[in-house]
Amino acid sequence: MQRWANPNRFMKLTSALLPWCAGLSALLIGAGLFLGLFVAPPDYQQGESVRIMFVHVPSAWMALMIYTIMAAASAVGLIWKHPVADLVAKACAPIGASFTFVALVTGALWGQPMWGTWWVWDARLTSVLILLFLYVGYIALWQAFDDPSRAAKAAAILALVGFVNIPIIKFSVEWWNTLHQPASVAKLDGPSIHVSLLIPLLVMAAGFTAYFVTVLILRVQREILARRVRVLRLSQRTL
Amino acid sequence: MSHFLAIIRRDIKLALRQGGGAPLAVAFFILVVTFFPLGIGPEHALLERISAGVVWVAALLAAMLSLDRLFQADFEDGGLDLLALSPLPLELIVVAKCTAHWLTTGLPLLIAAPVLALLLDMAPDGLAVLALAMLLGTPSLSLIGAIGAALTVGIRRGGVLLSLLVLPLYVPVLIFGAGAVEAATSALAPRPHLLILGALLLAALALAPWASAAALRLNLD
Repeated sequence: MQRWANPNRFMKLTSALLPWCAGLSALLIGAGLFLGLFVAPPDYQQGESVRIMFVHVPSAWMALMIYTIMAAASAVGLIWKHPVADLVAKACAPIGASFTFVALVTGALWGQPMWGTWWVWDARLTSVLILLFLYVGYIALWQAFDDPSRAAKAAAILALVGFVNIPIIKFSVEWWNTLHQPASVAKLDGPSIHVSLLIPLLVMAAGFTAYFVTVLILRVQREILARRVRVLRLSQRTL
Repeated sequence: MSHFLAIIRRDIKLALRQGGGAPLAVAFFILVVTFFPLGIGPEHALLERISAGVVWVAALLAAMLSLDRLFQADFEDGGLDLLALSPLPLELIVVAKCTAHWLTTGLPLLIAAPVLALLLDMAPDGLAVLALAMLLGTPSLSLIGAIGAALTVGIRRGGVLLSLLVLPLYVPVLIFGAGAVEAATSALAPRPHLLILGALLLAALALAPWASAAALRLNLD
């Protein structure tokens, strides 16, 4: 981990990785969409609209995973003062917020034909909406400080405080009586959905993860370059 | 212990002398609660149905607006730097300030709440539970709000950002607080809700001073 604290080394490695991640994500998302739209069978009850699941569920998984990565990177940045970890956390937030938004919107589009309503204030939907607000607050806090290192630490504290929401989201469908269905995949005794639906789901999840890594690399590289530009500008002014 | 009490005494004195504490928070509370019947109409059944939620949301907003009294003034005149250098740990200083904040803001809101609930036609079974739920909930609001106040203490015009940061963290207190009152008025047991409010208070008491002190140290350098 300390090896990657050197931004130059980080830039070199990620520049080498970037085309592979981009290619992998295009391949996996393409394959997942093909499998989900054409190969997976229609549900006996929901018909063809079950196919929204192949976008909705992976986005929701990504939303939670990205917040966890953001919190972990924040902790690393706070504890070890790892400079690249702070930038990773900063870069994760807009991606996580976008996936949360996609999960909420696709969920609403799915809920209208299935439940008869675009929205319901049950525990799962409410806590994911709170997650979106936490992401937005995090991004706002980064932008509120002039000094980037101070912004990094403040945002790290906020990310760690907000992490309590993640177990609440995960277990909301068990702790409360919710309209949103309980867990079918990430359970202790294994997934309970059929493999013909599980495979496209996992392929899409892998594709979204590769996409996240691609965009994360691009964003962190941009942050490192922006930091260099800032240093150059400051040194120019003092000459 | 005497340092701790001295800080509480000082903050209470400042709040009472400067004004802008309890009277303004309660006035805001009263105004917001009054707006609902004016906007929605005086129909008894409707008001009774929403009374628990409206009282809680208004109290929450009033508590949140009073949060920049917590650290801002001391930050601006340098008192916070001195407090940070004192032998008392910064975490305990945060607890002391939150206690004083609760005594001068949360407690008046708590006293005003049952009266305002009557304005909204709340059923009488709900009033005692409302007072108890707010007794458990308003200290949590001060403590959780301290995290946001500490994070935004150095920012110019950080008030709106403070709201954006703190309101998502207030949601559990709101849900269980309003839930306790609604349980009581529908002849269900409010006890589980009250127990969870107590748990939230204990968690906030244990964790919020730590996060707030870290944020204060960050902003004081």
